[in-house]
Amino acid sequence: MTPLDPARIKRDFPILERTVRDGKPLIYLDSAATSQKPRSVLDAERGYYESCNAAVHRGAHQLAEEATEAYEGARAAIASFISAEPSDIVYTKNATESLNLVAYAFSNATALHRAGGNPPQDPRFIISPGDNVVVTEMEHHANLVPWQELCAKTGAELRWLPLTDDGRLELSSLDSIVDERTKLLSVVHQSNILGTINPVALLMARAHEVGAVGMVDACQSLPHMPISIRELGADLVAWSGHKMLGPTGIGFLWGTSEILDAMPPFITGGSMIEIVKMEGSSYAKAPLKFEAGTQMVAQTIGIHAAVDFLNALGMDAVEAHEHALTGYALDQLTQIPGVTVIGPATNIDRGSAISFTVSGLHPHDVGQVLDSHGIAVRVGHHCAWPTCRRFNVPATTRLSTYIYNDRSDIDAAMAGIVAAQEFFGVK
Amino acid sequence: MDLNGLYQEIILDHYKHPRGKSPLAAPLGSAHHVNPTCGDEVTVEVAADDRGNLLIGYEGQGCSISQASASVMAELLEGASVGDSVHAREAFVAMMHAQGNADPDEAVLGDGVAFVGVAKYPARVKCALLPWMALQDAEIKAGLMAPKEETR
Repeated sequence: MTPLDPARIKRDFPILERTVRDGKPLIYLDSAATSQKPRSVLDAERGYYESCNAAVHRGAHQLAEEATEAYEGARAAIASFISAEPSDIVYTKNATESLNLVAYAFSNATALHRAGGNPPQDPRFIISPGDNVVVTEMEHHANLVPWQELCAKTGAELRWLPLTDDGRLELSSLDSIVDERTKLLSVVHQSNILGTINPVALLMARAHEVGAVGMVDACQSLPHMPISIRELGADLVAWSGHKMLGPTGIGFLWGTSEILDAMPPFITGGSMIEIVKMEGSSYAKAPLKFEAGTQMVAQTIGIHAAVDFLNALGMDAVEAHEHALTGYALDQLTQIPGVTVIGPATNIDRGSAISFTVSGLHPHDVGQVLDSHGIAVRVGHHCAWPTCRRFNVPATTRLSTYIYNDRSDIDAAMAGIVAAQEFFGVK
Repeated sequence: MDLNGLYQEIILDHYKHPRGKSPLAAPLGSAHHVNPTCGDEVTVEVAADDRGNLLIGYEGQGCSISQASASVMAELLEGASVGDSVHAREAFVAMMHAQGNADPDEAVLGDGVAFVGVAKYPARVKCALLPWMALQDAEIKAGLMAPKEETR
């Protein structure tokens, strides 16, 4: 394993050469929101439009053939990246869409069943009053609101696994919360706000014990560590491309072929069909069943280049780099009086997103002072408002690192936090 | 970037020493507004005195800009006529949409003129406007102002 060289990696990211706020070099510590993109990703997208832009899976001309080959080649690359079968990977717009695709599989199967059950629907996706859906108290809104909607539409109950004070899942009541009436357990692998890495295999095993579908939101984990998808133990996994060096507008749903076949389609229309008659239609096999309309081909070419970039670094090396940097950041942060880490304060089973509060300062003001130093962090509730409530904070400041960050970036952020304390006179 | 241009001394003073920050005993109308991107919250309450002038109370939590803005507003408009509050709100909103190029009138906005530099930061404009929009809502709910008089 060759250790990462962030200084060299930085040179592959044009945006990291720019300055902000009157000439300050940009220090980007917001990769948990979206990662920056290397030149090779940008070139790949441009190259696609310049050489073989065409609609995929239709047309008999050479461009259409080449575009289809590139589109499916990207699917094979992402599959290989997570040790999966290409046919088990569905392209979506983003992880939010992937999660909604599954939520709508439940509500569509239930509606079709109630309308007479033609075609018959898989009972795992038929959900009734008295059934329940389980999430955790550390979910991103994307893995919460779709299930709230599903429960509101079907009369099912939404449950959640609570958290401990140090930001871990409280699992003592797992077996009573996930019970015989649980239809789905959907949990985040690595929290975007707390940084906690959850024991998803254990949770998925409990879901399967009671016959529930098990789903994992891997948005924050998959870009940062080597993942062999079957080891998560889930039936379905959602993540997005833009957090792993890829462009916006491309996300993924991985599912076992068995579960993907059992799910009714979400968005319907062109190219997801088998036979269409005026009286009704039948649908293509997964993954095409879930890929209606003209697809985001250029983004798939971009994510292919992103995966190549990460493979060249080696995901073991990426994980080791981030683990070391996270440990350093936690050490530095906890040395600043007034700073409280929200989430695990130890560098065990935690990723590189670190949320904190600064006594006497609102996160918006901390972020503003950091911004004046050229440092980009995220402030707010991070689309995990209930998690903020759990820790009695209206919002947090979050720094998050990736392959192009090094200790000097952390040092700059620490100096910025102290400067904020001095500016507002709370030090 | 000039932090002092954004956080003028007046703003920091109102943030650290908020004026009129308490609920009313008998509000006629109240409005709770949040900034969903950052979780800032403010609840503004209004009532009218014998002459129909405004009594304002508020509670809130959030960043320095939103909370100082609430304090400035409450101090400025306590005892003002509803017409004056509409006039001040229109002036404040116009200033916040001017990207820092406004020349605000202290006679109308009082300490509110200190927010002129905040308008250069699009992410903070919402924070500054939060209490002013809540006041408008509270005035409508209290029946002190018809919805059609709403400030854009």
